[in-house]
Formats: sequence, structure tokens, C-alpha cells
Amino acid sequence: MTATADTYETPDGRTIGGKVLEMRNITLRFGGVVAIKDISFDIREGEIRAIIGPNGAGKSSMLNVINGFYHPQEGEIWFHGEKRKPMKPYQIAKQGIARTFQNIALFKGMSTLDNIMTGRFNQMKTNMLAQMLWKGPAEREEVENREIVEKVIDFLEIQAIRKTPVGALPYGLQKRVELGRALAAQPKLLLLDEPMAGMNVEEKEDMSRFILDVNDEFGTTIALIEHDMGVVMDISDRVVVMDYGKKIGDGTPDEVINNQDVIDAYLGVDHG
Amino acid sequence: MLYREAGDYKKSYAEDSQTFPLKLDRYGYYAILAIAFLVVPFVINDYWASAVLIPFLIWSIASLGLNILTGYCGQVSLGTGGFMAVGAYASYKLMTSFPDLNIMIIVLLSGAITASVGVLFGLPSLRIKGFYLAVATLAAQFFLVWLFNKVEWFYNYSASGQISAPTRSMLGFEVTGPAASASAKYLFCLVLVVLFAWIARNLTRGRIGRSWMAIRDMDIAAEIIGVNPLKTKLTAFAVSSFFIGVAGALFFAVYLGAVEVGEAFGIQKSFLVLFMIIIGGLGSVLGSFIGAAFLVLMPVLLKNIMVIRLGWPGDLAGHLELVIIGGIIMLTLVLEPHGIAQIWRVTKQKLRLWPFPH
Ligand SMILES: Nc1ncnc2c1ncn2[C@@H]1O[C@H](COP(=O)(O)OP(=O)(O)OP(=O)(O)O)[C@@H](O)[C@H]1O
Ligand SMILES: [Mg+2]
Repeated sequence: MTATADTYETPDGRTIGGKVLEMRNITLRFGGVVAIKDISFDIREGEIRAIIGPNGAGKSSMLNVINGFYHPQEGEIWFHGEKRKPMKPYQIAKQGIARTFQNIALFKGMSTLDNIMTGRFNQMKTNMLAQMLWKGPAEREEVENREIVEKVIDFLEIQAIRKTPVGALPYGLQKRVELGRALAAQPKLLLLDEPMAGMNVEEKEDMSRFILDVNDEFGTTIALIEHDMGVVMDISDRVVVMDYGKKIGDGTPDEVINNQDVIDAYLGVDHG
Repeated sequence: MLYREAGDYKKSYAEDSQTFPLKLDRYGYYAILAIAFLVVPFVINDYWASAVLIPFLIWSIASLGLNILTGYCGQVSLGTGGFMAVGAYASYKLMTSFPDLNIMIIVLLSGAITASVGVLFGLPSLRIKGFYLAVATLAAQFFLVWLFNKVEWFYNYSASGQISAPTRSMLGFEVTGPAASASAKYLFCLVLVVLFAWIARNLTRGRIGRSWMAIRDMDIAAEIIGVNPLKTKLTAFAVSSFFIGVAGALFFAVYLGAVEVGEAFGIQKSFLVLFMIIIGGLGSVLGSFIGAAFLVLMPVLLKNIMVIRLGWPGDLAGHLELVIIGGIIMLTLVLEPHGIAQIWRVTKQKLRLWPFPH
């Protein structure tokens, strides 16, 4: 089997393509703390890939490695079949990787609309001079991108809060706006760090639906960290399980919950 | 309903993002422009020009400039006075080296030179933030004033150490030098204010403005949407310093005519402009104007009341003025941290719905 050409079929009939991202033997240390220890896994075209594990397992650190906030001491990252050189987060964003944060990281002083418009930053190209003149290319570009952003706003059903400063929004809506900002970039790979943390059942259902719809309608590849096992079972195609910086399981949701190491980690068996 | 948007629908996204979405606001703006260009130049006298109007216009450009850097991009600067000095000395050197160069071009070139100096002093902003950056810009302030005092080349080796502006004309009217008329100086500054306000508004409403605000609000999140922090901050430093350099050139060449650097561009000026944007409203073009108007008008008003009406001695009035202005600054900050521009917005919002509370 070649590394990138193989595909698989999901139980609900979607075809998952080749490897979008491949992490090879990643090790990340902070001083004496080993946050990630020799982990390898891949994320494939069109799939929803979950990363789960107890608190402090290294899940967020893994996303931070993928989007360039952290630079692993060892290992290789392959993106679209090419080995990635060490890059800054904004360069990685330009390659089509967008994300949300565990603790909401919105632009507090700006409206919902402006927050989501910032997501279009990479697609907007007019230069300083055109921006100064505004009439002409800058305004045209603004309107074109606004149309895309309005589609995202409709999709997430947040029309009513378009002009509201995000600081004034309830938590659940802030999470939704942050997803909107990531979606506006029309990413190839979308990273979600606990998109449903702190939400009630209804909000979780909404968010699950949005994630599934994004994947379904736009074919976006998604990697998400989530603690709610019910949600993980429902929406993900494959799951990576981490514990104390190590990978202890990798497979379909069913395979993973029947894995003895995973059961031990979740039942809190003494790590000796 | 005095102030209303009923029937004022937006039909396109372009209309939705225009500067004055409401017709009433738009007409008010045109009316102000018409008065400023067509009425004021004919009724202006020397007292109004030098006490109120010209300083207001020049400080408006400076506070627009600082507001771009601090209000929009979140980089606190105490170097405004020093950057104004760069603009002033650049214009002096250009005026004396190239006597035939048009004064408008000189002023804009002075802005460009200040922009490059601003970028240089903006470099540390990648590594240091907030209070520490403020201290670094404070160092720039002192360094620049020291430099213009020390290096005689900057003041053409004059014995007094001062620089004074030669006479230059624009479209046949003298705008610098002792014989320039109040209305010519006023109109020259007004044209630049309108130009720079328009540029500030355009830059802050689109992609570049949003990237500045993104850096201000959360630099980590800005990076993950593709914003290069260094480039973005340096752009803000460049644009901001351009504005401030132009203000410095005008302050020297058009307003004061002769300048001693420590006196004209000392640290007090840095604080003055900072107070303007805080009182007027951080991250607001309108706020820059309100702040400049407030801090230009207030001392004039207080002096009129205390010295001329009440007959108090000048030095007492001078001290009281500082106390009163300080008090007003603190009061605004406590009541409305987003400045007078925000109070204005909230009032408008209420007037829109008046007399129905909901
Ligand atoms: N910047 C950092 N400096 C030092 N240590 C860090 C840093 N970031 C993460 N760590 C450490 O790395 C380990 C993994 O943290 P990480 O945030 O990745 O866990 P997580 O799986 O996301 O946990 P949670 O479910 O609580 O979010 C922890 O021990 C944490 O203290
Ligand atoms: Mg985490």
C-alpha cells in the first residue's frame, strides 16, 4: 500500500481519501516535562478525527504543534505529502489550516461580523494604497468577502448577533463565532480544541450538527479534541487516544472503547 | 423621533460598511465640511486661528496618528513628541536644502521620513509589550530630543540652536513665514486634516484595520488567521508616525514658525496626545477629533473664565487649569473608559429610539 493513495469507506457511506497530515514520531518537551512522547498518527482527507485523553494528556499541545505554536524537539510533520519545514503559525494559516482554542480567543473589541471577517485575512489581497483609497479594489474585495462571511453567518444561525461586540455574547455563542472565524478561512484542515466544553446538551447538539455539516457540505477535514465520549462516538470517524503524552489507542470509535489501555486510562488505573 | 434611521435601509454590503450609515449623520458631516471650507476662512481672525483652530487641526492629525498605533493596534507609545520633532526637523532640512520644493510635498516627505524612523523604533514591539513598550518609546522620545539638540547639522549650525521656517507659498498664498495670513494657514492645515482623516477611516475599516485590531485584542489568535505580527505592528508604526510627522512639520512650519526642540516637542506633548485619544476614544476616528478639540478648547475656555472674567492672577489660573483638566480626564475614564466618542454613540442610540424606550 502506498502511503497516500489508499482510501477507506465509512459506515455512513462517505469515502475518506489519502493523508492530509501525517505526524511522525513527534516528541515535545517543556524542560523536564514530556508533553508528547514519540507519537505518530495521520489525518485523512474528509474525515473527522478525534483526539481524546484525560486532562494534561497533551492533546492541546498536539494541536499547537500542528499549527506551529510549539516546535517539537523530534519528529516530522508531513502536510499534503510534503515534509513541512519549521514555520510560524501565520505561515501555516496560509497553507489552509485554521483552528479554534480551548479557551475562547476572540477579538473582544470587535463585533461578530468583524471577528468573522478577520478569518478572511488570507484571502484578501489589496495593497495599502488601494486600502487608503477604498473606492475601487478595496471596497470590491470587502464586499466579495462579506458575501462569503454572510454565508458563514447564515450557516451558523447567528444573523441576529452580527453587529454585537463579541465580549457581550454568552459563552456558547462565543464558541460559535470562533468556529465562524475559522470557517470563514475556508480551511483544508480545521482544528477544534474542545468546541463543546462548557456547553449544555442543546448547545452540544447544535455544535455537533455544525461540525457534521461543515464536513459534509464543504468536505472539510476536521481534527477535534473532545471530552464528551458520547459526542466523540457519534461524530468521529477515527480516534487517537492520548495519556501522559503517549498514544495509547488509535482506530474507529468502537475499536478504541474496547481497547484495554484506553479503558484503564479512563478508569484511572494507577500509572505506577 | 429627532434622530432616526426609519426608512433608511441598507441595500448592499457596501452601503452597510460606509462611514456614515445614516443619512442624518452624512448631511451633518457635509454641513461641517461646507462651513469649514466656505465660511470659516472668511470670518477667521488671528486670535481664533492661533488659539483654537490651527492647533486643533494639527493636534487632530497627531491624535489620529497615535490612535492608529495605540487605539487600533494596541501598541502604547510615549514617543509622540519625539516623532513630531522628527517631522519638524525633516521639514526644516528639506525647506532649507530645497528652496524650490513645494511646501505640501515637503510636509508629506517629512511624514514619510518620520514613518521610517517610527518603523525603526517600532522594531522592539515584536518582543516587548504594554508597559515595557511604553518605556522603550519613552526612551525614543528622550533620545530624539537629545539628538536634535546635540547634532548641530539638524539646525544648520545656528547660534541659538533654534530652527525657524522660511516663507513658503501654496497656490500663491504664503502658508509659512511671518507674513502668512490666518486663513491661508488654516486652509492648508484643513486640507491635510481632511486627507488624513479620510485615509485613517479607510485604513481602519478594511483588512489592514482588522489586522491591527486583531493584534490589539489577541495576538495569538491573530497569528492563526494568518496575520504576521511584526509586519502588522510595523505597518501601524509607519502609518502612525507618518501622521505624527506631518503634524510635527505643521506645528513647526505653519503654527509656531520657530522652534526649540525641548520646549516644542518635549515629553508633555507625548502625554497631551495620549490624553487626547484616551478622552476622545481609543480606536475611534471621531474620538481623535473630539479629544483634540477638548484639550485645545479646555485651556482657552478656563483661561477666559478665570483670568478675564474673574480677574484671577495668571499663575494661579495656570495651576488650577492643570488640576481641572486632570480631574476631567479622571472623571471621563471612570464614567466611560471608551471616551467621549462612546458617550456620543450611546446617546445617538438612545435618540434613535426616543421617545419610545424600547
Ligand atoms: N507552554 C507550556 N509550558 C510548559 N508546559 C506546558 C506548556 N503547554 C503544555 N504544557 C504541559 O504539557 C502537558 C500537556 O498539556 P496539554 O495542555 O497539551 O494537555 P491537554 O491534553 O490539552 O489537557 P486538557 O484536557 O486539560 O486540556 C501538561 O503537563 C502541561 O502542563
Ligand atoms: Mg487542552
